[in-house]
Amino acid sequence: MRFILPILTVIGLIIVLWYAGAVALNAKWTLDQASRAGTTVTFTELVADTMSQGRPRLPAPHQVGAELWNTTIQPCLEGRRAGTLECVTNRRSLFHHAWITLSVTLAGFGIGTLLGTLLAVGIVYNRAMDASVMPWVIASQTIPILAIAPMIIVVMNAVGLQGFIPKAIIATYLSFFPVVVGMVKGLRSPEVMQLDQMRTWNASASQTFWRLRLPASVPYLFTSLKVAVAAALVGTIVGEMPTGAVAGLGARLLAGSYYGQMVQIWSALLMAAGLAGLLIFVVGAVDKAVSKRMGYRA
Amino acid sequence: MTPAPVISAETLSLTFETNDGPVHALKDVDLTIDKGDFVSFIGPSGCGKTTFLRVVADLEQPTGGTVSVNGMTPQQAREARAYGYVFQAAGLFPWRSIGRNIALPLEIMGYDKAEIPDRVRRVLELVDLAGFEKKFPWQLSGGMQQRASIARALSFDADILLMDEPFGALDEIVRDHLNEQLLDLWARTEKTICFVTHSIPEAVYLSTKIVVMSPRPGRVTDVIESTLPKERPLDIRESPEFLEIAHRVREGLRAGHSYD
Ligand SMILES: Nc1ncnc2c1ncn2[C@@H]1O[C@H](COP(=O)(O)OP(=O)(O)OP(=O)(O)O)[C@@H](O)[C@H]1O
Ligand SMILES: [Mg+2]
Repeated sequence: MRFILPILTVIGLIIVLWYAGAVALNAKWTLDQASRAGTTVTFTELVADTMSQGRPRLPAPHQVGAELWNTTIQPCLEGRRAGTLECVTNRRSLFHHAWITLSVTLAGFGIGTLLGTLLAVGIVYNRAMDASVMPWVIASQTIPILAIAPMIIVVMNAVGLQGFIPKAIIATYLSFFPVVVGMVKGLRSPEVMQLDQMRTWNASASQTFWRLRLPASVPYLFTSLKVAVAAALVGTIVGEMPTGAVAGLGARLLAGSYYGQMVQIWSALLMAAGLAGLLIFVVGAVDKAVSKRMGYRA
Repeated sequence: MTPAPVISAETLSLTFETNDGPVHALKDVDLTIDKGDFVSFIGPSGCGKTTFLRVVADLEQPTGGTVSVNGMTPQQAREARAYGYVFQAAGLFPWRSIGRNIALPLEIMGYDKAEIPDRVRRVLELVDLAGFEKKFPWQLSGGMQQRASIARALSFDADILLMDEPFGALDEIVRDHLNEQLLDLWARTEKTICFVTHSIPEAVYLSTKIVVMSPRPGRVTDVIESTLPKERPLDIRESPEFLEIAHRVREGLRAGHSYD
């Protein structure tokens, strides 16, 4: 409960600033319209108009809220799709797009975590890999994803792969990095004394890995996963843009900007933010549960 | 015919090559430890006590001389799981409960699953920690953690116990208590124990043999055979015999110190 008040305060502040911004940014259009029509507007009229324009530069919070409602829950309550599953699976539903983005994100996150962990194991156990792989891993992240994404899409397209897989690869590309870095550190975290102990018991390399290095790396893994899951979502959204803007939150963002539909952009953005929040919350909850089982103090 | 020694070192030397030049951690150490001996190593900091134990445990490779453990090389002895090693710090794995920490070497050595809980319970009783099986290390005091780590070294059947200042961080009362328990355990199990300490009374009270060492280079300056009986109540520490041995140890330490 102690957290509720500060959170509400910040949200309230953001909404106030947002409304102020909407008035400031949209006023010009209203004033232009008025001067073209040869009329004048009072301040109250001005404010009211800036918050209800069809194509505002910065849509007001309630406009975005209405758009979100109309493209998510509302079709399930009324209209011809009400009460059917189709109300969320059709192309006009933001849930449909969010699900597409989520599924690609999860795939990219899963593969990225696996790949990152495998690379980290290789780096920790193999001196040649330690010297050769890590610089490349770091270099891979210095290239902007916006440059890489279209290339991946084109190359994959050339070998006949479209849609899910190329997007998942882009998500993987961003999400494996924090996992490699965190897991290398985690797998190297056991102290010399703990390794010596294993040696006095004549533990095999695999016993040392499963019973010492891996459990010791778990806290590092979860820290990485929280970054990786957000990175996978960003990668997915970026990957959805050059694919012709067919489906997914990235596609909605791009389509919105094509047609100057700021309301659509903002609602897709808020949906993406909600998705990110959800993903990080889930990773955090799993982290808590695992830490508790492993006896770490909360 | 006398039985073969459990540990024997001949002209054993170990020089660490460091950036500031070589460090002679051990130089020409000759030492024989027989079965059932309780040997204390005492000497100023840096005289090679830990290094000697680590060489015996095959955690460090000697640069000269030979050492044999149960008639084998240290590596063979380690692979045969001939010894339990208690490190200076408890070093329990924080993600394992006390019980599972003690079970760890048993799991690694492939003990029968059905047998493990029994052994864990037995050694926990031995170190007065019955009932703490499910607790995690951070829920125990430092002394309790140290006892758990001793229990862990006792959980499997090694007849040599190497202990590096196991009671260094404990208060006098707990220490006395653990000393008594350790003697009791030693008498019952007939293990051979190598015990590093900085305390003269502790060394004299526990040992059948006291190895006095001096630093730079790390050497053995005196080996004192204790004349105390095997049965040792705590108040034996006020007997003239005890004080005399303690005096000899102190003299040995002083001689080593005046070296530099
Ligand atoms: N890995 C190492 N590399 C370099 N020098 C070392 C290493 N380990 C120990 N030494 C040196 O060897 C000497 C003996 O060290 P050792 O740890 O055996 O001393 P100790 O008798 O156990 O001392 P203490 O009572 O302080 O524990 C010291 O001078 C130490 O600096
Ligand atoms: Mg030491």
